Amino acid sequence: MDKIDQTDEPTRRTSYGQRRKDRIDALAAASIDEEPGISLIRSAWKRLRRNPIFLVGLAITVAFVVLAAIAPWIAPWDVTASPLLDKVRPQTNPVPGPEPGHLLGGDDRGRDLFSRLLVGSRQTLVVGVFATLFGLLGGLTLGTIAGALGGWVDSLVMRIVDVLLSVPSLLLAFTVASLAREPSQWTLIIAIAIVQVPIFARLLRGAMLAQRSSDHVLAARSLGVRPWAIVFRHMLPNAMGPVIVQATLSLAVAIIDAAALSFLGLGNPDQRQPEWGQMLGLAQRYISEAPHLAFYPAGCIIVVALGFTLMGESLREALDPKSRR
Amino acid sequence: MSLRRNPATLTAAVLAAATLASCADSQRDDGDGDGGGGSDDGTFIFGAAGAPEMFDPFYATDGETFRVTRQMFEGLVGIKPGTAEVVPELATEWTPNDDGTEWTFTLRDDVTFHDGEAFNAEAVCYNFDRMFDQNEAGQTAGEYWGYVMGAFSNDAENSLYQGCEAAGEFEAVISISGPTSGFPTMLSLESLSMQSPKALEEGDANGIAAEGEGFSFPAYADAPVGTGPFTFGEYDEANGTITLARNDDYWGDAAQTSELVFRVIPDESTRRQELEAGSINGYDLPNPVDWAGLESDGNSVEVRDPFNILYLGLNPEANPALKDLNVRKALYHALNRDQLVSTQLPEGAAVATQFMPDTVSGYNTTIEPYAYDPDEAKRLLAEAGAEDLELTFAYPTEVSRPYMPDPEKIYEALRTDLEAVGITVNVKTASWNGGYLDNVTAGKYDAYILGWTGDYDSPFNFIGTFFGNLKENDFGTEAYPWGKTLADDLRAADAVVDDAERGAAFETLNQQIMDEYLPGLPISHSPPALVVGPGVDGVVPSPLTAEEFDTVTVGGE
Amino acid sequence: MCVVVVVLSMLVFGWLRSLPGGPVSAMLGERQTPERRAALEAALGLDQPLPVQYAKFMERAVHGNFGVSTKVLPGEDALDVFLSRLPATIELSFLAMLLAIALGIPLGYIAARRQGSYVDTGAVIFSLVGVAVPVFFTAFLLKYSFAVEWNLLPVSGRQSTGVDATRVTGMFVLDGILTREWDASWDALKHLILPSVALATIPFAVIFRITRASVLDVLDEDYVRTAEAKGLTSRVIRGRHVLRNAMLPVTTTIGLQVGGLLAGAVLTESVFSFRGVGDALATAFREKDYPVLQVLILAAAVIYVLVNLLVDIAYAVIDPRIRTR
Repeated sequence: MDKIDQTDEPTRRTSYGQRRKDRIDALAAASIDEEPGISLIRSAWKRLRRNPIFLVGLAITVAFVVLAAIAPWIAPWDVTASPLLDKVRPQTNPVPGPEPGHLLGGDDRGRDLFSRLLVGSRQTLVVGVFATLFGLLGGLTLGTIAGALGGWVDSLVMRIVDVLLSVPSLLLAFTVASLAREPSQWTLIIAIAIVQVPIFARLLRGAMLAQRSSDHVLAARSLGVRPWAIVFRHMLPNAMGPVIVQATLSLAVAIIDAAALSFLGLGNPDQRQPEWGQMLGLAQRYISEAPHLAFYPAGCIIVVALGFTLMGESLREALDPKSRR
Repeated sequence: MSLRRNPATLTAAVLAAATLASCADSQRDDGDGDGGGGSDDGTFIFGAAGAPEMFDPFYATDGETFRVTRQMFEGLVGIKPGTAEVVPELATEWTPNDDGTEWTFTLRDDVTFHDGEAFNAEAVCYNFDRMFDQNEAGQTAGEYWGYVMGAFSNDAENSLYQGCEAAGEFEAVISISGPTSGFPTMLSLESLSMQSPKALEEGDANGIAAEGEGFSFPAYADAPVGTGPFTFGEYDEANGTITLARNDDYWGDAAQTSELVFRVIPDESTRRQELEAGSINGYDLPNPVDWAGLESDGNSVEVRDPFNILYLGLNPEANPALKDLNVRKALYHALNRDQLVSTQLPEGAAVATQFMPDTVSGYNTTIEPYAYDPDEAKRLLAEAGAEDLELTFAYPTEVSRPYMPDPEKIYEALRTDLEAVGITVNVKTASWNGGYLDNVTAGKYDAYILGWTGDYDSPFNFIGTFFGNLKENDFGTEAYPWGKTLADDLRAADAVVDDAERGAAFETLNQQIMDEYLPGLPISHSPPALVVGPGVDGVVPSPLTAEEFDTVTVGGE
Repeated sequence: MCVVVVVLSMLVFGWLRSLPGGPVSAMLGERQTPERRAALEAALGLDQPLPVQYAKFMERAVHGNFGVSTKVLPGEDALDVFLSRLPATIELSFLAMLLAIALGIPLGYIAARRQGSYVDTGAVIFSLVGVAVPVFFTAFLLKYSFAVEWNLLPVSGRQSTGVDATRVTGMFVLDGILTREWDASWDALKHLILPSVALATIPFAVIFRITRASVLDVLDEDYVRTAEAKGLTSRVIRGRHVLRNAMLPVTTTIGLQVGGLLAGAVLTESVFSFRGVGDALATAFREKDYPVLQVLILAAAVIYVLVNLLVDIAYAVIDPRIRTR
């Protein structure tokens, strides 16, 4: 994989974040294929169809997305209302238990826990998707500029990207989120997105470099197609495979990071609209008396993150030229 | 500590505590290691939420430090255990002159410091002069002195403290600039405790210096010498434990346990788990949610009388609509405080009718609480032309105070009520140290939740702190036409010498504040608790959260 | 490296002071008024312009004085605070890494040898679950089950109160061995088990996956096939060819995980009230103890660089090709 990476010293692979870089580069390399486009996806799909890990991941992901889409309509209670509030007593009954009409009981404000879990999937998905999308856009811009222009621009951009990659992702997200004067859902999303930018940037730039000398690009160039047109029409579309794989994995990381940040109090301050990470953070106070308040959202986060990871990892393996040998 | 001179009180208090403790049936056999030992021996291990700053109470500001130093130091006057009432401690009696500016303290004659130095009038004056005479760093670090006395020796004319004189071996005369409700009650403050003159001198106690962003403390701050029932042992920083040993030469009844250990456990749920595991014998401020569970596991939750106030602060400078008294009244009528107290606060919490708890002198019993009446609120808002009032309303995160165990939940309840009468609430938040307090003092929020725990029994310590300083207070009272009147009236009331007269003056002021001024909305008083494990007896919960652990016994019986 | 540290110190210095709030709020609490705040800021030099503050900081720093802690251990030199907390974290990270390696490498090897089997699939899923569960939740679950419910291990802290122990290095287990206080050593070890298991989950997952992947790569190499064809015993092949070559990327990874361990230590130490660097960092952040934060962040960066240097050396030892270059 180092063959495609001409600027880095191939053997001294011990610079910071090298492992993360390697993974990204391997993925980027997957975009060049002898017969790009449909057949790649087709052959990958053929193998994926029989891969139980992928199927489980896919099932979880689809269920989660569908749930998030329809949650407000199927939730039995309004998530902001407190139908059980009169039953809440800080000492004797801090968290109302299950009862007819309230499958999992209420939370500490007497709101229906089941409804909040359902609707919470939506905010969680929003955070994950937007963080990944922003990260992707940022990475796309940087990666395209670096990969297309080359030269010192490339060196400079990649130097910055490498430094960012060397910082543990949660620490970086924490730093960015705590920089915000007033935490909100958007500062959370942006903090996580910034962590994703260098990953996508490196991925896209690698894919671009790999294609620079590929036949179809050379052909287009010799036909006199303008450089930017080559980038957008020929190089980018072919780099989409690995990007989609990385986006799937990033979604999982985004959801876990969002949970950790919410847990640390850097999430959305408005606790009325439920979000799993924030529900988990708020449940800390009840951990001795009502651990289920923490277990449900934590379980949801774990299952969904696992779903995305399983799907992403098996997609990546399927696209990896090595494992196709 | 007055306990020791009042055997009857001691017995009563211990009996009361014992009864409380025995209500919770003790199932656990306490023979397992840490808690073991006889009834007047053994070790009491207390789970502290944070490490002490250092061990010289004069420079200390936080409760975790005071909790430790309180066991080693005593003041001229003390607090009767279980109350906020002032009683004799190192001084047996005190008398003011006619205009209340010279106070003669008669001292105990049987007290020695832990290092063997005699406690006498000279030692008292040495202490006061030491506290008065601070270098620049000491003046900012000696925060409680600055707070109650107003100034240090370099600005002597503005200081309440004017001097100390040894009139006899056991008779000290302290002069103050004028009478105030706070004197001599303020001498019960932990910061103004008596320390050994010899040790102070040898340890260069006043040699504090500002270095970089922090204060570096002199050697004395690590080797404190007082007169109390426990002496300093060691601070094992690596393991987060502070060990105190029994003072066998104590002038009163010797401490019941031979060792007192404070173990730092920052996480609240971990403290509970450690208590259940039997590796600590008690901790402070258990989460109200856990009270019932703790009791049923054989621990006893000791609930203190509330000595605090939670209020919803309003800032007319940030939002001019709030200048209208009707708008403020409307907000108050919108709040369903009964529901808040019953569903969000621990048992024993009460709806507040004024800015101080009923244990403070000057509390006005005739004030009726503002009723929960959303229709009235809407009507008042309409009358004031503020139907579509928009309010930037904030709460702090990463904090739990005795008056607000869980700010987020209290906020959510208040916000729901405000929105129910048609007010648009902009949610703001910041962490306690990460900007919340700054933003409140800088007037960045229209409304916010905050509170106060009393330092000692004085009405001025409550409403004087809130509204007494016209230029700088969180309620922005300077923006109101009556702001200056209120500040002046408060100072005048505080300077009244006669106790009864002063009380009456403050009662009137409380009435005025609630009816005519309403600078903020008092919400509730909540009782902070502490919890001790099975077999622990003799803890007397203090409303000032100033428990002394010398009466505590740890045993299996 | 010096340049990096200086630049980083400037960034950290500026960043901390740009955050809302500050040490003054932490000291004053409800008592804060603009007047008292200003007095305290003036006394501590926080009212001066940033460059002046920084110049003063640097002037002290070159003399080895990094300022005095305001809240973590007030009055103590910030560097001493770090040094006094370091042994605890070294002890914890060392054990965690040991666990991760001891489990990750054999399991990765076995999974690779039996690629596609149930053992492999199970191990892969297990490692992915390890990634999907937030560290703080793992830590909490471990504490809840082993310490609280089953009472097998201590809940928190580093050593039980009442244990008579002499401090030598600050690493309690080692101290006990050096002074032959076996009880103290055993007690400290018991306190270490749960936090280090929790902390080990992340490096374990990574080490496992890298080992598996690189063993798979190596198994495919010509020289292994040649060795097999030559009829060498599988033990020789395993030891001399497969494991040795597969260890190269694994070594790198182990070094790179140190950064991640630091991030994980903050969360784990908080959950177990374990008085290490992570706990100091969390406290310092909450209480805005600038000098301690500065020292801790800079020290983390220096350690990170040093560990990578060590990895380089280890790499050279394992792979002779690098030495010849």
